[in-house]
Amino acid sequence: MIQYVFLWTDALVFVLLVVVLAFAWVARNKEHLRAPWGQVVRSRMAVASLVVLSVYTITGLLDSIHFRKSLPEQEGQQEVQYSGDVLSVLDTLLGPMRAQDEKTYSAPFAAHLYARETVTGPDGEQRRVFPRLKYGGAHLTDPAKQKGADIARRSVTALAEAVAIILLLYGLLGLRLARKWQKPWMTALGIIARGASDVPWRTALLTLAVFVLLIALMINLSAAYHILGTDKVGQDVLYQTIKSIRTGLVIGTLTTLVMLPFAVLLGMMAGYFRGWVDDVIQYLYTTLNSIPGVLLIAAAVLMMQVYMANHPELFETMAERADLRLLFLCLILGITSWTGLCRLLRGETLKLRELDYVQAADAFGVAKSSILVRHLLPNLMHLVMIAVVIDFSGLVLAEAVLSYVGVGVDPTTQSWGNMINRARLEMAREPMVWWSLLAAFSFMFILVLAANLFSDAVRDAFDPRLQAQR
Amino acid sequence: MFAYIIRRALYAVPILIGVNLLTFVLFFVVNTPDDVARMHLGMKRVTPEAIEKWKQEHGYDQPLLYNQEASGIARVTDTIFYGKSIRLFVFDFGSSDAGRDIGEDISQRMWPSLAIALPTLLIGLLVNISFSMLLAFFRGTYLDLSGVMLCVVLMSISGLFYIIGGQYLFSKLLHLVPVSGYEPGMQAWRFILLPVAIGVFSGIGSSSRWYRTIFLEEINRDYVRTARAKGLPEVRLLFRHVLKNAMVPILTGIVVVLPLLFMGSLIMESFFGIPGLGSYTIEAIQTQDFAIVRAMVFLGSVLYILGLLLTDISYTLVDPRIRLS
Repeated sequence: MIQYVFLWTDALVFVLLVVVLAFAWVARNKEHLRAPWGQVVRSRMAVASLVVLSVYTITGLLDSIHFRKSLPEQEGQQEVQYSGDVLSVLDTLLGPMRAQDEKTYSAPFAAHLYARETVTGPDGEQRRVFPRLKYGGAHLTDPAKQKGADIARRSVTALAEAVAIILLLYGLLGLRLARKWQKPWMTALGIIARGASDVPWRTALLTLAVFVLLIALMINLSAAYHILGTDKVGQDVLYQTIKSIRTGLVIGTLTTLVMLPFAVLLGMMAGYFRGWVDDVIQYLYTTLNSIPGVLLIAAAVLMMQVYMANHPELFETMAERADLRLLFLCLILGITSWTGLCRLLRGETLKLRELDYVQAADAFGVAKSSILVRHLLPNLMHLVMIAVVIDFSGLVLAEAVLSYVGVGVDPTTQSWGNMINRARLEMAREPMVWWSLLAAFSFMFILVLAANLFSDAVRDAFDPRLQAQR
Repeated sequence: MFAYIIRRALYAVPILIGVNLLTFVLFFVVNTPDDVARMHLGMKRVTPEAIEKWKQEHGYDQPLLYNQEASGIARVTDTIFYGKSIRLFVFDFGSSDAGRDIGEDISQRMWPSLAIALPTLLIGLLVNISFSMLLAFFRGTYLDLSGVMLCVVLMSISGLFYIIGGQYLFSKLLHLVPVSGYEPGMQAWRFILLPVAIGVFSGIGSSSRWYRTIFLEEINRDYVRTARAKGLPEVRLLFRHVLKNAMVPILTGIVVVLPLLFMGSLIMESFFGIPGLGSYTIEAIQTQDFAIVRAMVFLGSVLYILGLLLTDISYTLVDPRIRLS
């Protein structure tokens, strides 16, 4: 028996997913929207980063379905009791990684703890030794000799599995494209392999192959080892990093969801109505903009902390509290970051409203609201789209900095910023504990790099100025 | 010119009032002083007397906007709004929640901040312009392409990584400079070296890419084509004409941040233990000292508005086509 838990950010993430899918459905039939996206997916760089982003997104979505398991039933109990632990689908998939906690630090692939401990031997003598781990390499009798061979054996299995999966995917893709191109199956496979297709399917498959291999390795090795070591309280670092993906994505996407209504509505109104509306909106964003970003965010988050400390009755579980704080952080980031896009849209609207077709619509007596929605908004969409993808990577990076300053996500939420913050002191340890930092930085780097490359491709495709230069 | 500056300065007044109101609402209306006191004193053993005492000690024991018990002008002046918010306009920051004089602290701590921020800005400018000019010179070649790619990669690395990595490499492994700390006077350079280097390096990605597009835009102009057609060598063209004209957007973009240099960098200063305004702010945030955060928010926006004013003025000085109106 399980009970689903609806967290606020989960709901919003799925709302966002529906919006994106609906937009894709609409864009499918509109030439002016399909053409630029078609150009995006023809770029090899964009396709590779799109695959990376999709893998991250799927991980994040799996981590956004939460539930509580029921506790074992006791004598004479009427209702089913649920555990206080809120789990996600991803947690169940990662199974052993979540549950196999060690005592404290251990290095990647280690079979022993990272620190010496005093152990009393069978003869009553006390010695300082590195004790064996509870789970990492526990199945080996002599880790020093067997470990290398064991890891190699498991890796070969993973490689074989990965190759099989990719070949299967390759075959299925060939089948699908063969029907689309109306060519024999073998010809389609050949086109993909040569990289001669319009959409660079070969690049997509190769990028996917890397991830399939990594996931296969992870599944095969994580049952017996801590691939990226464990942290201070013995939790698997790889598990933490994977759990952090959701936090990064939520901040990157929900913030834009909050920001867009402000930016689009106010920017269009200021540009279209001019006069006092323009003055008020301009005053609003100049004032907000003149406060240095981090300070405004810090001030708002501090105030939120006071509010939450004084109203503990609002939250049922720890997870809900952490989740609400994440949502508030997105709100605050959104409210402080709409000004740039708003100014841009205002300028563009000022230009557009003088164009003949808008003037004509005005003269025919079309309602102002429908001029805004039907005639102006579609022509501003490219700016919005570019802004959304560009902001995303900045927000993921900002989360780390804010968590370091102490105004980021809740300390109990898994996030890269929190991992880096915790790991900061570990650098001073002798010998150094480096794996937490490295894991957080590399996972963040891959996501941000993919987002940056993708946003470049989107900007190239959507920005009419860049097209004119070409 | 003078009248123009005055007019622009007057334009800043309503914005400052807006900032002031915003901080007032944020710090005193969203959470009343009672909430703040309860927070500081801890949740458990809070009595109404303890809250009253805390408020009295820190000067929060007055009504927010209007004092009924006072008479005459004191009805408005004996309030938190007047005592805490209006006074910011004359840069009277009052004392922090820990009892220190904020104005005094700021005047002492802004110099170390400046010692880091100014060299970072200047050296960064030099490095970025040289690098982006190199890319613009070799535009369209593999050197340019890989340079842009490098910029994207550098942009994608978290700033925290540069700091932690730099500290580890240069201080812990190579022992070239101290890990953190600060010393006023001539000895400061040893402590400044690494933060400045890291600051410059972490900015290369985004700035160089931006400057490159500015250079490319300028290179595609008609006057450049004419000069090239007259037989001017490419290098001379780049340095004499393109650089000069591209400096207009670059420099005017810099002017806006000049006043903010006093504020320092939050992250850099706290990692390197520099006693500047950045680490001052971060300590205030971490100890939840609202008086300091409020003061820094106001100071920050004053400096930003000053930066905007300077930008406008510099435009008119650099570009004679823009008239004062």
